[in-house]
Amino acid sequence: MTDHFIEDKTTKVTVAVDGTGAAQKIDFNDLKSGGFIKQRQKDLFTVRLRCPGGRLSTEKLVEISKIAHKYSKKGVVHFSFRQSLEILYVDYKEFSTVVAELEKIGQKVASCGPRVRVPTACGGCEYNPNGLTDTQKMADMVDKTFFGTPTPHKFKTSFSGCPIDCARTKEMDMGFQGVVDPKWEEEACTGCTICSEACKEDAIASDPDTGKPIFDPIKCIFCGDCIRACPTEAWKPKRYGHIVRLGGKHGRHPMEAVEVCQFLPDEKVGDAIKMTIDWYNANGKRGERIGNTIKRVGLESYLKHMEPVFQNAAKAGA
Amino acid sequence: MSDSTIDLRGVMCPINFVKTKLKLEMMEPGEILEVILDSGDPIQNVPKSIKEEGHKIVEVKKEGDFFRLKVQRS
Repeated sequence: MTDHFIEDKTTKVTVAVDGTGAAQKIDFNDLKSGGFIKQRQKDLFTVRLRCPGGRLSTEKLVEISKIAHKYSKKGVVHFSFRQSLEILYVDYKEFSTVVAELEKIGQKVASCGPRVRVPTACGGCEYNPNGLTDTQKMADMVDKTFFGTPTPHKFKTSFSGCPIDCARTKEMDMGFQGVVDPKWEEEACTGCTICSEACKEDAIASDPDTGKPIFDPIKCIFCGDCIRACPTEAWKPKRYGHIVRLGGKHGRHPMEAVEVCQFLPDEKVGDAIKMTIDWYNANGKRGERIGNTIKRVGLESYLKHMEPVFQNAAKAGA
Repeated sequence: MSDSTIDLRGVMCPINFVKTKLKLEMMEPGEILEVILDSGDPIQNVPKSIKEEGHKIVEVKKEGDFFRLKVQRS
């Protein structure tokens, strides 16, 4: 578990970083925490931008392009796996001017190291027909509230708007996936059987005589396909929320997250993250991802700590 | 009774939806289009897309392994 800080432990250079031209010592490891990542090439760094949910206004993108064009020695950017835009081949001697120019257009630099990272997210309910939660809004909130908060090791969050889970919440330290609890009203139902055809989970059978649905909540993954397909609004949303997953990661030793809450409402997401960070900081060892802390300390300890937030977000179908 | 019919058996998603949409756009508001869809992917996707466009599905009949829908143009 020592692979994350080996580079440049001793590398210190003299460079102007305060914008005034005054030379001062900087530590490449400090740079990394600020979103500057050393490249193979001498003196060249990658500048990672802070783009919660992978979203940028076209206006800002145009301005970023100009800055990237000016400072990338190769004139290239890279779309990172966590939805940030990275300006490659930037000379460290130009950091202060790059940051100042980015600041001018309201673009911040991201981070690396043991802290809460920029959240990732899919399109969510804003424009994706499958979306159940406003993932972009949530990612923005989490970024504003928690970005850079120190933790024992990196802490990655993501938001998927539906069970297709494009934002891979099962691989996050803490992931939130949108769900909807379907509710059926007999009076409005015409027995057309579309819902049982629309359900990809085999959770709805049709009564052979009436055509009306026979619902199996155990098989339901709360995607809302029945609600969207129903021609007469007999299937309605009872409530929306997030499945909360904890302790996932990818990397050398991938771990799948465990489900810790099934219907957390939007307004409790902030509390859940705050409480989780508190528990992680109290129980995690330096350099240990929260999934491994859970393995070592036990999930019960975490769930007990989270009771005030999770207790009313009961199981679906209740 | 329907004002027009479109048989989409054997037509893949999302072409079946696009054809339905184009047909509906040529019709007058309130008119009824009969749509014939295969079970499986088409019946999973086309009705919800029709709803999202604001049209109303007024009748659904299952006939063997296909569906006969009546859609009212918005």
